[in-house]
Amino acid sequence: MAMTIHVDVVSAETLLFSGVATSIVIPGERGELEVYPRHAPLVTKLKPGSVRVKRPDGQEEELIYVNGGLVEVQPDVVTIMSDSGIRGKDLDEAKAEEAKRAAEEAMRNKTGSMEIAQAQIELAQAVAQLAAIQKLRKIK
Amino acid sequence: MASSREIRVKINSVKNTKKITKAMEMVAASKMRKAQERMRAARPYGAKIRAVMRRMSHAKTEYKHPLLQKREQVKNIGLIVVTSDKGLCGGLNTNVLRAAFGKMKEWDQAGKQVHVCAIGNKGFGFMQRLNAKIASYLTHMGDTPHMEKLLPPVTVMLEKYLAGEIDEIHLASTVFVNTMKQEPVVMQLAPIVDAPDQMAKAEGDPDRGIFEHHWDYIYEPDAKEILDTLLKRYIEYTVYQAVAEHMASEQSARMVAMKAASDNAGTLIDELTLVYNKTRQAAITKELSEIVGGAAAV
Repeated sequence: MAMTIHVDVVSAETLLFSGVATSIVIPGERGELEVYPRHAPLVTKLKPGSVRVKRPDGQEEELIYVNGGLVEVQPDVVTIMSDSGIRGKDLDEAKAEEAKRAAEEAMRNKTGSMEIAQAQIELAQAVAQLAAIQKLRKIK
Repeated sequence: MASSREIRVKINSVKNTKKITKAMEMVAASKMRKAQERMRAARPYGAKIRAVMRRMSHAKTEYKHPLLQKREQVKNIGLIVVTSDKGLCGGLNTNVLRAAFGKMKEWDQAGKQVHVCAIGNKGFGFMQRLNAKIASYLTHMGDTPHMEKLLPPVTVMLEKYLAGEIDEIHLASTVFVNTMKQEPVVMQLAPIVDAPDQMAKAEGDPDRGIFEHHWDYIYEPDAKEILDTLLKRYIEYTVYQAVAEHMASEQSARMVAMKAASDNAGTLIDELTLVYNKTRQAAITKELSEIVGGAAAV
């Protein structure tokens, strides 16, 4: 039997693949690399691309798309941790900046939409109570 | 005694309420199943990343990452609070917020400034009313946790931490025990503490005890960059998992709360029906005795 290596491909949302392979092609940040069983321990970053898992015994090759992430290679196990969604340092920073501004806005703006919604509910309750009181008076 | 017409109106209104709570109960039950599946689907990633992290932190000692370094003076604390957007789910959000508030008071007394990252409408509203310093927030998440939506507010906290604006990050959230039981927890996110946390226990972490076993890794491009990405992903994932877990808890708690509400409505209807029948009976008796009295007088 040919030598095999165990492969796990996971993302934060779900387990994408788990099984054995004779070799696996990974889109490394520094270029594509193919990992065979008994590879030296290695940790590297991935760039977006597809992971090709070559299965033993003529099974069909698995093709898994990853959005970048990290891969850990041990002699008999390969673990691929895929990112969810498209990541980039600049993109992340820009989005974070936006989130920060939104928070500052909310802090400054105490009468934000939240408060208005709350006030509307309170107003509706008060109106309903008044109507109920008037109805009761009429009945009396 | 209230007139029979009033009681009838009341019964109808309670019946309508019961219909609504019953419907909400069933919606929550079906959503709960999906939310629990999502929560479980996220676990393999956590188990893997934790295992790799543990192996790496022991293999590589010369580089000290800030996310692993305990700071000597802790003046500013970041707190990520995970709550839901909607209410009507029992004491779920209240419990989380109470736990978070307790910690905040503690820190406040120790003279530490708290920066809040509020995830979920309930937590956001609460923190606003508290006049807490909100660094970032996220509301309107829907029924599925999305990593993409979660990232910006979490990145704000991470950047603040790395820039030295905050010295510790804590996470207040709910741990899903089972459908009937959800527990609020406040745990430390950064600096990363290697303690057996409750989430790892729930995952049945297969890599526990791998401490002594270390690999001499080849790092590409270098250890610093890899470790940096890995630790950030780990923290992001932990928050994601907390949100997934909170969402599963929310649906379960809502289902239970709505079931209780439907049951209560049922009891109330029974009681009101009894009163209604008594009133009707009394009215008939009164009328009869009046007729009899009238006939006797003639």
